[in-house]
Amino acid sequence: MSRVPSSHLDAAAVNRPLRGRVAIAGAATYGCGESPGMDDMTLLVRAAQAAVADAGLTMQDIDGLATCSVNASMWTMPVIEHLGINPTYVDGTMIGGSSFIAHLLPAMRALEAGQCKAVLVCYGSAQRSASFGRKESVAARRFMDPQPYETPYEPVLPVTAYALAAARHMHEFGTTRTQLAEVAVAARAWAQMNPEAFMRDPLTIEDVLSARPIASPLTVRDCCLVTDGGGAIVLTRADRARDLPKPPVYVLGNATAIWNRQISCMPDLTTTAAAQSGAQAFAMAGLRAADMDMAQVYDAFTINTLLFLEDLGFCAKGEGGAFVQGGGIAPGGRLAVNTNGGGLSCVHPGMYGIFALIEAVRQLRGEAGTRQLGHHRTAVVHGNGGTLSSQSTAVLGTAEAL
Amino acid sequence: MHLSAHSHYQAELDAGRFCIQHCPQCQRHVFTPRELCPHCGASGLRWVRAGGLGTVYSTSTIARKVDAGGNYNVALIDLDEGVRMMSRVEGVAPEAVAMGQRVQAHVAHKDGRGLVLFTPVREGGAP
Repeated sequence: MSRVPSSHLDAAAVNRPLRGRVAIAGAATYGCGESPGMDDMTLLVRAAQAAVADAGLTMQDIDGLATCSVNASMWTMPVIEHLGINPTYVDGTMIGGSSFIAHLLPAMRALEAGQCKAVLVCYGSAQRSASFGRKESVAARRFMDPQPYETPYEPVLPVTAYALAAARHMHEFGTTRTQLAEVAVAARAWAQMNPEAFMRDPLTIEDVLSARPIASPLTVRDCCLVTDGGGAIVLTRADRARDLPKPPVYVLGNATAIWNRQISCMPDLTTTAAAQSGAQAFAMAGLRAADMDMAQVYDAFTINTLLFLEDLGFCAKGEGGAFVQGGGIAPGGRLAVNTNGGGLSCVHPGMYGIFALIEAVRQLRGEAGTRQLGHHRTAVVHGNGGTLSSQSTAVLGTAEAL
Repeated sequence: MHLSAHSHYQAELDAGRFCIQHCPQCQRHVFTPRELCPHCGASGLRWVRAGGLGTVYSTSTIARKVDAGGNYNVALIDLDEGVRMMSRVEGVAPEAVAMGQRVQAHVAHKDGRGLVLFTPVREGGAP
């Protein structure tokens, strides 16, 4: 129907020299769930402080910054002001929830070039508790970021966009409502082992199917949480990370792809740009989906997980439903997916990408408590932004995976 | 004065005409309205009347309280010209809209602004 995106970039050739040259040396969350009285900046700063401490560094060691916000378009400046830092490298790229995963590769280049020595990637949002709520935010965004060919039809965004993708996936491949519900049920089962997860009550497939309809075929239990939360990671060159207290988590691959902004401009609703970002990230890493011990994917809605497992190569296109069926991605299943409970049950303060990264770091370090995986050498982390618009994939690994 | 592509599109709609763009270089139709052809990069896209026939590509019933107007349909329509647009299919229950269904466009007005809506094409012929 629409333009078929194509890139001739050989990501393996261009980016391979950066494989494993940079590591995540620190990671932390703060205030996940409900944090009354907090604001975006406070959550960000406290998460940042904890991540820098986790890396065995002080805030004065931070000379690189990557951050963005849904609400403030010049967000790097107040963050720099609050942190009291003087960075020689700054990245404020805002492509929605995948941003913090997309911030990795440019930071790796800056670190490798010697432009800076420690990059803080950070986010905070009091989306749940803030007085400037979701309704005002949606109204402001309609003005700041207009979508004049969709707004007149009153799609409730983002959920309507994902509902249209889910409906199309069901139509083309016979994916069922039960298979979509499996994604939410698996996320909840993982969340029940995570003290930080916001929703930990038992959840059944029947609960998901009979929940309040939002936009067919999705119910409220197919939709991510609205929570507060801050998250941050610290990146350094790998040689420096090896001298710091925590085991380095190496960035083996990273790539970002964007094909559209509006869902109506997406070429094919059942194939996302994750097919491109995933292929390039895996090519850079020299690894395949089959080599991954876990997948932390941006599950803003249940359909996301199916689309991304397919597009990242864990199963063929259209087979995501069968892949997750019967507890396929729940604890004890064929693939560990969103082991913190994901955006569906753990935390989702507006943008989720940084939390997927942090969960991968915790698993790869062996710090994940009762939900800790037995095999934890490699992880793929996948971020999504907008309405299936931006996609960024990272492949991470321990020293064993180098 | 040169109108933006969006202003031109909306002005035509306000006058009751549903127009899309056509690229004189690669001969493909273009939607949403813009300055450059997304297929070949050419400028000078021309406005043409849309035929108005299309097929439902995807559809969703949006839940809304009865006192706010009740449930409604949002759909993606593939026009026969080879472009896709968001719209609504009206004249049937929202949940009766089906993928693959043939639909016909008409220009409606809401708050004085034109917008394109669709109705199902009746079985076996003319809309």
